Amino acid sequence: MKHESIEINSALLIVLTLVVISIGGLVEIVPLFHIKGTVEQVDGVHPYTPLEQLGRDIYVREGCYLCHSQMIRPFRDEMLRYGHYSLAAESQYDHPFQWGSKRTGPDLARVGGKYSNEWMTQHLIHPQSLVPESIMPSYPWLMQPLHYGDIEARMRALRDVGVPYSLTQAEYEANVKKFGKDLADQFVIANGVESVKKEAASQNWDGNPKEITQMDALVAYLQVLGTMVDFSKYDQGYFSHFR
Amino acid sequence: MSQSPEVKKGQVETTGHVWDGDLREYNNPLPRWWLWAFYGTIVFAVVYWILYPAWPYAGTYTKGVETVSFTVKEANGQEKTVTEHWNSRALFNKDMESSPSALAQKEWLGKVKDMSFEQIAANPDTLNFARSMGHALFGDHCAACHGTGGQGVLSMNLEASYPNLTDDAWIHGSSYEKIVQDITNGIHGNMPAFGALFQGEKRADLAQYVLSLSHQQGVNEEAANRGKALFATCAGCHGATGTGNQMIGAPNLTDQAWDFVDISGAKDYDEKVKLIEGVIANGMNHQMPKFGDRLSPEQIRLLAVYVRQLGGS
Repeated sequence: MKHESIEINSALLIVLTLVVISIGGLVEIVPLFHIKGTVEQVDGVHPYTPLEQLGRDIYVREGCYLCHSQMIRPFRDEMLRYGHYSLAAESQYDHPFQWGSKRTGPDLARVGGKYSNEWMTQHLIHPQSLVPESIMPSYPWLMQPLHYGDIEARMRALRDVGVPYSLTQAEYEANVKKFGKDLADQFVIANGVESVKKEAASQNWDGNPKEITQMDALVAYLQVLGTMVDFSKYDQGYFSHFR
Repeated sequence: MSQSPEVKKGQVETTGHVWDGDLREYNNPLPRWWLWAFYGTIVFAVVYWILYPAWPYAGTYTKGVETVSFTVKEANGQEKTVTEHWNSRALFNKDMESSPSALAQKEWLGKVKDMSFEQIAANPDTLNFARSMGHALFGDHCAACHGTGGQGVLSMNLEASYPNLTDDAWIHGSSYEKIVQDITNGIHGNMPAFGALFQGEKRADLAQYVLSLSHQQGVNEEAANRGKALFATCAGCHGATGTGNQMIGAPNLTDQAWDFVDISGAKDYDEKVKLIEGVIANGMNHQMPKFGDRLSPEQIRLLAVYVRQLGGS
């Protein structure tokens, strides 16, 4: 084929341009799916419980990711401020992941346990009441009731993309083996609504024990971020094997 | 556009394309410097493939010949040198142990390692080090609740109040050891609700007495006297005279330092009574997270020195 025929046929030019560009992308991305060790072998990472998952959906709904990343990079200054750098394994059940490099607010990859539930709640309702210099907007409507009737559909959708929420007895047993009975029980899709109620009642998430609010879910999610892996079990050299 | 066979001699070569009968396109050779730069990038790529991780194959990838060495502490406490192919995490490990700023910090950490808290605070150099480390750590981990300057948050909403660390009133004790312990393990401050026990008049009387302890303007002496008898219930934690108990974190009620109830911000005396009544009725529940998993023991020691000197002790 003469080059001239490509240059004078814009449709063909577009198609061939896309082919050439996608080769570049595929060469960079596809091998990662085949290289063992892209996702590190590490204990403790598990899917979100139904309440945490609903909190995560609120996190995405409110666009928290527009200002907050969840990816601590392997730099000394980030380690000193935020803690251990993020592992690929830690976001293996995230759909979509919340990595990023634009930080208007601080990184949240390891925010779990850093603040008390009451701080989280008050801070989300009105950040400046606690941190006067903050530029974060207020989210007072999070104290409204949480709609969790569709949790089972949400879990089923996540199961379709690979999150091991269980539909069958065999899947449940595999989860018991992998994550322990407590968590496996919460990953049973058919019990989704019950699990949400139970976890919401298990702790004083937002200071309002009377109803299950969106705040309950969001605080539960924030408090689990970055807490799943016990880094004291691994020496500093372990994770560099995987890169 | 048509092909023209006539290329005139003695002129720059053209591509042979002719538009509108006389427009021709020159076919100048690429500048030599540009060509060599282009070949250079190809050579650079090949060298890069050899030196650094590059090509994927069969579940792994070429690791390159460049290496990074760093020291790891094994579970048994033994240090050993690990050499890894060039990668960002290995570089990070190396940076953590031997970048100039890491070395400078390590040198100072070594200096204060065997010093007592008092020695660190007494020596201007080590105190400066503790202040600069402490200031950074405080900003990252404590300032969200206790304020960037440690001034705390005092609000009409009890749930949103956090103790002021800059006054000399210490709810949980001011010894270095106690501060270290509180940062490491966190604090769960809990006052039970006495709403059922003290109702109506009783609650108001008790509130009057509590306010009389710190000599607030406008106390109704008669009511306060009635409340004094009721205070026996509170004395278990706050002490018979209301001076508090640092062992269990019961605040001193006789000083002017209010860490949770905004007495000084109340618009009049009646509001002060309302605020105290609220605490009696609903109790209080405050949680400070534990930082033992997040900060190293050395960091917590320096932070304790920093926090204590905030309070002017």
